[in-house]
Amino acid sequence: MEQVMTRTIPNTLSTPFKRFVFRWETFLLLVTALVFFANTQISPYFLDPWSLSDMTFNFSEKAIIALPMAMLIICREIDLSVASTIALSSVCMGLAAQAGLSIEVICAVGILVGIGCGLFNGFIVTWFNIPSIVVTIGTMSLFRGITYVILGDTVMSDYPSEFAFFGQGYIAWVISFEFTVFLILALVFYVLLHHTNFGRRTYAIGNNPTGALYSGIKVNKHKVVLFTLVGAMSGLAAIFLTSRLGSTRPGIAFAWELQIVTMVVLGGVSILGGSGSILGVVIAVFLMGLVTFGLGLINVPGIVMTVIIGAMLITVISIPAVLAKLRERKGRSV
Amino acid sequence: MTINGLLKHRESMLALVIVILIGAVGVITPDFLLAKSLLGAFNDTSMLMILAIGQMLVILTRCIDLSVAANLALTGMVVAMINSAMPGVPIPLLIILAMAMGAVLGAINGFFVWKVGVPAIVVTLGTMSIYRGMVFLLSDGAWVNAHQMSASFIDFPRNTLMGLPVMSWIALGVVVLLFFVTRHLRFGRDFYTAGGNPTAAFYTGINVGQVQFKAFVISGMLAGLCGYLWVSRYAVAYVDVASGFELQVVAACVIGGVSIMGGLGTILGCVLGALFLGVINNALPVIGVSPFWQMAISGAVIIIAVIANAKAERAPGRIILRRAVTGAADVNPTTATAVAKS
Repeated sequence: MEQVMTRTIPNTLSTPFKRFVFRWETFLLLVTALVFFANTQISPYFLDPWSLSDMTFNFSEKAIIALPMAMLIICREIDLSVASTIALSSVCMGLAAQAGLSIEVICAVGILVGIGCGLFNGFIVTWFNIPSIVVTIGTMSLFRGITYVILGDTVMSDYPSEFAFFGQGYIAWVISFEFTVFLILALVFYVLLHHTNFGRRTYAIGNNPTGALYSGIKVNKHKVVLFTLVGAMSGLAAIFLTSRLGSTRPGIAFAWELQIVTMVVLGGVSILGGSGSILGVVIAVFLMGLVTFGLGLINVPGIVMTVIIGAMLITVISIPAVLAKLRERKGRSV
Repeated sequence: MTINGLLKHRESMLALVIVILIGAVGVITPDFLLAKSLLGAFNDTSMLMILAIGQMLVILTRCIDLSVAANLALTGMVVAMINSAMPGVPIPLLIILAMAMGAVLGAINGFFVWKVGVPAIVVTLGTMSIYRGMVFLLSDGAWVNAHQMSASFIDFPRNTLMGLPVMSWIALGVVVLLFFVTRHLRFGRDFYTAGGNPTAAFYTGINVGQVQFKAFVISGMLAGLCGYLWVSRYAVAYVDVASGFELQVVAACVIGGVSIMGGLGTILGCVLGALFLGVINNALPVIGVSPFWQMAISGAVIIIAVIANAKAERAPGRIILRRAVTGAADVNPTTATAVAKS
C-alpha cells in the first residue's frame, strides 16, 4: 500500500517563525477556530456551557482510541478492528454484569478483553509478518462476529446503576468524566510520543523499519506493545460507551474505525508512517467534534455529515500535497 | 520453487480446500451437491467475484479501493431511479450508464492518487463516505422498491441462457476477459510491473501513477456494473445497500493470494478466494449453523488464509535477512523489496 514517494530534505533550515506558521497544527488550529466562529453564528445555543459539554460526549470515546492509533500509524501499522474490539469488550462486560459481578470487575473485564484483542492483533502481525491492514480486517469480522454469536439479536442492559457514572457522570460543573480522562490521556500520550525513548523508537521504526531493526530496536516487540495499547484504549472506550448507552447491542460502535482513522489522518499523521504529532490529533479531534456538532445544530442528518467529513478529509490532505507540487514546479522553472 | 510455481501451487491448494469444503457440507446435507445448489452458490458469488477482480488490479498497483461498495450503492440507486422514472429506457443502455458512472467515480479516486498524490487508503476512505452520503442526498433516504422497477429491469440478471442465469454469464465474461488482459496484454502486465517494482517500472517508461489511475477506473467500472446487478437482483435500492461489502471484497483478494504489498496475484486466485467465501456463506444455513456465526467464521477464515499465504511468501525473505552479510549477491529483486518493506 505504500506509495511511491520521495521525501525531499530541505537544504536550508527555515526560520522558527516560518516553521510555526507553516506547521500542520497551526493550519488545523486556524480551521478549527473558523469552524468554532461559524458555529457561534449559526446557533445562539452553541456557546452555552452545557451544549459545549454535550459536544464532548460525541467524540471523547473515539478520541481516546485515536491517541494510540496515531502512534500505531506513525509506526507504519494500522488497526481497523478497534470498533469490533469495543463491541466484544462491551459484550463481555455485559456477561460480567449478568453474572452479578462488581463494577470494578466489570471494568477490568472490559479493559482486559481490549488488551487481549490488541495482543492477538499484534502477535499475528509480527509473528507471521503480515500487513496489519489485512490482519485487522480479519479480526474486525472475527471480534464483531463473536459478539453476534454471543448476543444474537438480543440486547444486554442490566448494568448496575452506578456503572452509568463513567459515561454520563460529571466531575465538576459541566466537565464530564469521559472528557477529563481524554484530556489526561492526551497529555500522557503527548509525553510518551514526544518525550520518551519509546516515542523516538516509534518514529524510527516508522521512518525506516530496517534501519531501526539494525540499530537494535526490538521492532516486533515495539509493535506488539502499540497494538496492545490500542486494544487497551478500545477497552476503556468500551466502558465509556457502554456506560453512556446503558446497553450492549451487537452493532455497537459500528464503523467507528474509519472515523478514528480519519481523525488521526486529519491530525497530520502520515498514513505512510514516520510523522505526526499528538497535538495535531487532539486538534483534529476537536475540529471533527465541532463540525459534527455544528451541523447537528442546524439539523443536518448524520449521513450528510459523513459526506462533509469525507470531503474535509480529502481536501485537507490534498492542500499540502498540491502546494508541494506547485512549489516543485516553481523550483523546476527557476 | 519459482514465484509462479508457488502461486500455482497455492491456487491448486485453495481449489482443493474448496472442494473438500463442498464435500464436507455434502456429507451433512447431500442436497448441497446438486448441480442446482452449486450453480446457485456460484451465482450468489458473482458480484463478489467481479468486485474482487477489480479490487485485485488496484491492490496490484499498491493501492486499495475502499469505496467500491459505496460506488455500487450510488450507481445502483441512480439506475433504479432512472428505471422507476423512465421505465422505457432499455436495460443495456442502463448497464452502460451504470458502468460509465462507476468508471467516473473510480476516476475521481484515481485522479487524487495519481495527480494529487494522496495515499489511496485516505482518498477511498473519504470517497467511501462521500458516495454513500450522496445516495442519501439523491434519494432523500427513500427506498426504490420492486414495484417501482420495470419487469425487464428485475428479470435481466435472472433470465437463463443455456442453463445459467445471465448474472453468472456476466461474471464468467468478466473473469475470462480480465484473465486474458492480465496475462497477455501489455496493458494488463503493466499493473504487475507498476506494483511489483515501481522504480523499475518508472525506468522502463511506465507511468506508475497513470497505471494506478487505470486500475481505479476499471475497479469503479466493475463496481458500477455490480450496482445495477445488485439492485435488480435484490429488487430494492436504498442507502445501506452493500454496506461493509468492501471488506469482503478485499478479503476475497487476500484469501486468493493477492499480496497487499502489490505486484502479486492472479485472476484465478481472486475467483477462488471469492468462491471460498461464497461457499461458506451458502453452506452455513444449509448445515443449520445460525447466521450469527457467519461473520465470526469469515473473520477466522481470513486470518487463517493470510497466515497460510504469509508462510508461503515468507521463506525466501527470511533467508536473505539471515545471510545478509554473506549472500547478498543472489538477492531476488521481488523478495528483496518484500524484506525491505517488512
